[in-house]
Amino acid sequence: MATITASVYTSHVPAIGAAIDLGKTQEPYWQPVFKGYEFSQQWMRENRPDVIFLVYNDHATAFSLEMIPTFAIGTAAEFQPADEGWGPRPVPTVIGHPELASHIAHSVVQDDFDLTIVNKMPVDHGLTVPLSLMCGQPLAWPCPVIPFAVNVVQYPVPSGKRCFELGKAIGRAIRSFDKPLKVQIWGTGGMSHQLQGPRAGLINAVFDNRFLDRLIADPQGLALMSHIDYLREAGSEGIELVMWLIARGAMADMAGGAKPHVAHRFYHVPASNTAVGHLILENVA
Amino acid sequence: MALDKPYKDVPGTTIFDAEQSRLGYHLNQFCMSLMQADNRTRFKANERAYLDQWPMTEEQKQAVLARDLNRCIAAGGNIYFLAKIGATDGKSFQQMAGSMTGMTEDEYRAMMVGGGRSPDGNRRLGEDGDAQPHRQPQGKAGQKGAL
Repeated sequence: MATITASVYTSHVPAIGAAIDLGKTQEPYWQPVFKGYEFSQQWMRENRPDVIFLVYNDHATAFSLEMIPTFAIGTAAEFQPADEGWGPRPVPTVIGHPELASHIAHSVVQDDFDLTIVNKMPVDHGLTVPLSLMCGQPLAWPCPVIPFAVNVVQYPVPSGKRCFELGKAIGRAIRSFDKPLKVQIWGTGGMSHQLQGPRAGLINAVFDNRFLDRLIADPQGLALMSHIDYLREAGSEGIELVMWLIARGAMADMAGGAKPHVAHRFYHVPASNTAVGHLILENVA
Repeated sequence: MALDKPYKDVPGTTIFDAEQSRLGYHLNQFCMSLMQADNRTRFKANERAYLDQWPMTEEQKQAVLARDLNRCIAAGGNIYFLAKIGATDGKSFQQMAGSMTGMTEDEYRAMMVGGGRSPDGNRRLGEDGDAQPHRQPQGKAGQKGAL
């Protein structure tokens, strides 16, 4: 059967992608950000999964206001990096895993989460920046990726509790797949940031670090935090953090297993308008 | 029964909810059109003529022409859509975000490098943080005698 080996959490700031693509990672402004991912890239080489289930949000790229799916799973064989207005990022095509993705879609819908199933969509920085941070600049990504897009653009976005319970259902789905695949689940976005209005630039390091603490030790409690608390404390775009709860819900301890091992934790302000947070949690075999 | 919208009292913040999305549908779809290079070219060649092809309100068109992102948001725009205008103009996300505060680009960048804007005083209307309505615009532009 398939197993979930680890979960990875990271911000997906577009300027980080631009810094990588333009060779600026060693500039004084960016160097501290990328220093925090040196461990992670080594860890990825040593813990290469067979599939990554990558939770992210689309930023008015694949989904305009014509269609706004709350939860969308990518079941295609491949996904092209999108042109978000600055030209497509020079990164590899994302190869999907249609067989596992279809299995998860089937299982999760039967488990009462009504997913939108997407067989054609470009993927934007929300998906490709985490891959770049964790894998560097390879000619091909190290394994297939299942994109899982969450609406955090038009309010109301799904609640933390809904996301957390969905993560549990995704965990059950992956563990019931009848092939010995090692799967990582990634939750991306955040941490505190606001990109609009006179309150733009909001950062809340106290909130962010408390969020990381609770994501590790008290995810059930954290999942109960209301939208308004995210908005007030972490900024209007900080609400992206609900996506981290999907990945956390899929971990073994939420299905009666052992608590995860904290392999890595990192926090830095700023990257452009945003606080960068990063965690790697390993399921203990 | 009215919907509960507790986020209406967060200062300096417009939550892009279903109501805003309805108001801003054509404005945001105009922005989406700028993801295609030939549309960007046509827009830049004659902005007003390009905007007139969309059933947008005059206020929405004027806000776009003025590149006033706060006005665009008040008229139903969403920042991820409005970012396509910024991309067309060659602006970074930081330049766009900063433009809504009244600060210069350098002032805004310095605030971010210094740890960003504090939530203190900026959680609810009626407090005294720098994002509150009575403290706009921010930075040198807001200091007495600057204009």
